[in-house]
Order: sequence, then structure tokens, then C-alpha cells
Amino acid sequence: MVDKKRTFIQAVAAFLQNAHIAGFFTGRIYDGGGKRICVPGLNCYSCPGALGACPLGSLQNAVSVWKFRFPCYVLGLMMFFGASFGRLICGFLCPFGFLQDMLFAVPAPKKLRTFRGDGYLRYLKYFVLLFMVIILPFAYKYTPFFCKYVCPSGTLSGILLSAADSRLRDIMGWLFTWKVLVLAAIVLASMAISRPFCKYICPLGAFYALFNRVSAVRLNVDREKCVNCGVCAEVCDMAVDPAASPNHTECIRCGKCVKSCPHGAICFTAFSKPVGARGVPEKKV
Amino acid sequence: MKERGRNILTAALMTAAAILAAAGVAMGQQEQVLAKAMRICLECIGIG
Repeated sequence: MVDKKRTFIQAVAAFLQNAHIAGFFTGRIYDGGGKRICVPGLNCYSCPGALGACPLGSLQNAVSVWKFRFPCYVLGLMMFFGASFGRLICGFLCPFGFLQDMLFAVPAPKKLRTFRGDGYLRYLKYFVLLFMVIILPFAYKYTPFFCKYVCPSGTLSGILLSAADSRLRDIMGWLFTWKVLVLAAIVLASMAISRPFCKYICPLGAFYALFNRVSAVRLNVDREKCVNCGVCAEVCDMAVDPAASPNHTECIRCGKCVKSCPHGAICFTAFSKPVGARGVPEKKV
Repeated sequence: MKERGRNILTAALMTAAAILAAAGVAMGQQEQVLAKAMRICLECIGIG
């Protein structure tokens, strides 16, 4: 089931964050003032189309410079995004999340909803956030570990840039090969599992997950209407049970549960005030 | 946690985040972000 409205919002968000179209043809990235501002989702600032800065890249750069100053600006922006929307950003605004959703729509022999060890593997992203984004870049100066060894968004940027610039192609070596392998693994996994990168690896998703229970935009379940039919848990691609835990750290607030609830028991709220539709109205017999 | 308490916590977090970001701007940290983002990051694209 593809939510056309959400897909449209995701496409617009991805376009707006990568609207420097000329860069895709010239291989030159945008270097204007817009890059002072971090975008909310995972979008490499070296992407030829990127108009803003990647929050994760900026955070790693801030903690890895020789004269360390507490990264007030980047952390403040990230906290503001998190406290306002939580992981709604993953579900609606992140270009890499959008790419994974598109890949999951590709027909595959088997679609896995969950598997043994899935729950434990989801803690990996917190480890990546702590070690690859904060501790290692702080300990080993000038090395953004996550960007350098893992980030698939950066690899995509590298592929796009090298397609337009032959000089870059000439100096690519083992590191690029490694990153392409990581990207290929994520692409293949995305066809069988919904958003594997978001579930297991993404440190930005891990950061926003810390705010999911207290963000301004939340999901609310009306306990008087909910009959625990389990439909919401069945449709959830993140394998969350919204009726039991509507603001679970794994919930990306895609809104599938809101739309599928046969009793209209789930809705989005902003500071506890309902926003948007409540889903499918109950059919009268 | 009750909804009212949660909303107060949300507002406090948003305010603290805005103050933190504003303090960063006052210290010129947005220029540090720009300086990094305006050039191709060789590590990010898998070269450096």
C-alpha cells in the first residue's frame, strides 16, 4: 500500500533539499550561504544538488576539529528538529528514507517484516551514533568516521559527482569500493526489508528517536475507540504496535496506522491537539 | 507521563534547543558549517 500523499511530500522534500540542478551536470557543488543551515534529514552536503548542510556531517566536523568548541549550533538545530517532530522527519523529510521506500516498493521474492535478532540489531544505530559520530571523530581529529566508512548518502554523492567529473573517477580507490559495497548491501536489503538503514544503522534516526516520546508532533490512541484489533500493528513497516506504544522510538510516523485503523482511534497530535484526519471512519452495519 | 507534563517538557526542550542554536550563531559556528559544506568532502564521497 503506497501512501500517495506521503510519497508526494517526500518527493517535494527531497527535491527542495537537492534543487541545485546544475550541479548534477557540471559536477560542481552549491557553495552559497544556504549551506550555513543544516537540513533535517540525511542529505550529504557533497551531493551535487544539495542546498543545505548535512547535520551528521556538520556534527562530526564540529567535534573533530583540533580546537574543540561545544557544537552549540548544530546540536541546537538537531535538538529543535527532534523536539518538534521526532522521527516524523525520517518518515516524511529524509531523502534517503524516501529512496528506501521506493526500493521497498520494487517487487522482490520475499518481503521480511521482522526476523530473529531484529530487535537487538536495532540498538546498533545508537552504537553508531555514539562511537562513529561522536567518540571516534573526537578522539581522532579530522576524521568523520561515519561519513568516511559508512554513509550511503555520501557514496551516492560520490557516484553522481564522479559521473560528471572524470578527475574524481581517476583518484577513486579502495575506500570508494568499500563504500559502494555498503551502499549496494543497503540497496539490496531495502528491497526485502522496509528501511533497513533507518532501522539498524542511521545515527540521525537514533538521535531523533530519543525525542520521539516527547516531541511536539506525536501519535495519540483514543483508548475508548481502540478495540485492540491489531490492524495497526499488522500494517506497520517498522514492526511497532502503535496501539500499545504509539510513540515508540522505532516509529517513523509514516501514518499507515492512522489510515488503516478501522475505528479511527489513532491520530496525529501537535502539543496534544489533534491534527489531520483520524483515518477510515467506522462502517455502519 | 501525563500529557500536560509532556507538553511542558517538549516546550522546554524546544526553547533550550533554540537558545543553544542561537548561542552557536552568536559564536559564528554557522560559518564553520558553511566552510565545511561549501567544498566537496572527500571523506564523504569515499576518496579521502
